[in-house]
Amino acid sequence: MSDKVLYVMYDDDEVLKNSAKQLVAKGVKISEVFSPFPIHGIDPIIGVKNTRLGIMAFLYGLTGLTLATVGMRFFMIVDWPMNIGGKPNFSYLENMLAFVPITFEFTVMCAAHGMAITYLLRNKTLPGMPAQNPDPRTTDDKFVMEIRLSENHKVTEAELDGMLQEIGYLELDKKEIK
Amino acid sequence: MQKEAAIREPLILGHKTYHDVTEDVCRPIEDKAPKMWYILFGIALVIGLYGVGSILYLLGTGIGVWGLNKTIGWAWDITNFVWWVGIGHAGTLISAVLLLFRQKWRMAINRSAEAMTIFAVFMAGTFPLIHMGRLWVGYWVMPIPNQFGSLWVNFNSPLLWDVFAISTYLSVSLVFWYIGLIPDFATIRDRAKKPLARKMYGILSFGWSGRAKHWNRFELVSLVLAGLATPLVFSVHSIVSFDFATSVIPGWHTTIFPPYFVAGAVFSGFAMVQTLLLIMRKAMGLEAYIHTKHVEYMNIVIMVTGSIVGTAYITELFISWYSGVEYESYAFINRATGPYWWAYWSMMTCNVISPQLMWIRSLRRSLLFTFFISIVVNIGMWFERYVIIVTSIHRDYIPAAWSMHFPSHIDIAVYIGTIGLFFVFFLLFARYFPVLALNEVKTILKGSGQSYKESPDYHKHH
Repeated sequence: MSDKVLYVMYDDDEVLKNSAKQLVAKGVKISEVFSPFPIHGIDPIIGVKNTRLGIMAFLYGLTGLTLATVGMRFFMIVDWPMNIGGKPNFSYLENMLAFVPITFEFTVMCAAHGMAITYLLRNKTLPGMPAQNPDPRTTDDKFVMEIRLSENHKVTEAELDGMLQEIGYLELDKKEIK
Repeated sequence: MQKEAAIREPLILGHKTYHDVTEDVCRPIEDKAPKMWYILFGIALVIGLYGVGSILYLLGTGIGVWGLNKTIGWAWDITNFVWWVGIGHAGTLISAVLLLFRQKWRMAINRSAEAMTIFAVFMAGTFPLIHMGRLWVGYWVMPIPNQFGSLWVNFNSPLLWDVFAISTYLSVSLVFWYIGLIPDFATIRDRAKKPLARKMYGILSFGWSGRAKHWNRFELVSLVLAGLATPLVFSVHSIVSFDFATSVIPGWHTTIFPPYFVAGAVFSGFAMVQTLLLIMRKAMGLEAYIHTKHVEYMNIVIMVTGSIVGTAYITELFISWYSGVEYESYAFINRATGPYWWAYWSMMTCNVISPQLMWIRSLRRSLLFTFFISIVVNIGMWFERYVIIVTSIHRDYIPAAWSMHFPSHIDIAVYIGTIGLFFVFFLLFARYFPVLALNEVKTILKGSGQSYKESPDYHKHH
């Protein structure tokens, strides 16, 4: 299915936000916004849901905590109980204080790396991936809205052009996608 | 857009636009390196290679080439380790703790401070590794199944805690740093004219495109990583202090070590940041972004942490007498009046007196004075570790075992060599990486840029 994509460029984050607000109010769906830095407040306007990566970080942390606890109990209590100065390690609880630092460090390590890896995978940003921003200036000082005609059945291309003329923009680029 | 009080000094001076920020940060990377860069890089490389040679000699011969003896089994190696780890505390503190406290001034300095952190922790990690003597069995510190029966590393030992603390700190700082770098690499990639540069920065930027959803994730990941890294910063140097505090050596067996070490680490870390940034801002033309106000903020941190360190020194001294324990009192009297008195008093002068000068506004806003003090502080903090380590063990319980420590040529060469290697890494960073979190700085341009703050519209509502 062929599709037509409109790339509407602005040179200011606030201006883009206002335009997006007006377009959305008229029933236009904005597929994507490309910007050099996070535009605060754009997400609810274009319908980007909040990320759930925080929950993942918590789960990874919990995994680390469990692994550290199970591991140290096995190494120090079950498999090779050390008798230091006549004070053997009878149970995990009795010896727990000595395990706090590593438990903490391992929890942080798992939470941080787990979340970072998930973040890169979910973004599909990995070494060697091709850049997908429509214009190289969007990583410098330009802000681009992407509008796909296939996602906007209520408005025709001509109507959309009219709206954009009225709202204003810096540059408009249209592309056919096969 | 966030507004701030008009009375606050702007964080970005001059009349900058978003594009100017990109230009200012990317230009040094895209232009040819100045001659001075090659000179400094050459000097650092020679010193670094000398250090590498000394390390190879040490590994080939054994750690007997250090000036250790049977009384003083730990000296420059652990001193250098703690010194470097301490220096490596500023970066993550700046980027994590200051992020949680929403201190916007961190944005101009966090990138280079974090780079410094990572390189400093590399250098720190060298010392525990080479002090094993047999570097190739270094993996024995990991709890891995082995052919020696069910033999595991000792999880009760602070030295093992250190292994986990340092490796977690290093890897998490690296990840935190890199995640922030990805969008900035993308900026350089999209500007690059040479095919090789475009290819390299293309790989480094992981195909970052700046989508709204990605920025949403980016902000949360930064926040959560900051939340995780904040207790990490405090835990790492606490654990380093446990190496001493959990022992039974008078002078080491001290309950105030963890907070005192953490404060000392931040103190020395900020001093190193000042040393590096004061030169870098000038050399790379970043005066508009890292200016007197940033330096002043950092000097205030140095003053506060320096005062904590000073209080800790005096508390230690008082408690050693007040405890009534003869050995404990002796350890401290010996520090101040024994054969290492010069090291003790250098430490006291550099770390207790010099940060107090920062109460004077004109001094803490003077760049030249700051540069001088930053070096003084780092010398003082090296002496602090040397004093704690060597003076506490050079007087054993049996006077027959009393001894002195004299560094060997290799001791000195390895230490100086790590400084060389550190600068090799830092100079490479300054040459090829965006030294300022440029895309993050753009977010505060309208809130805290001079031209925006001075415009009549600034205090109107949109």
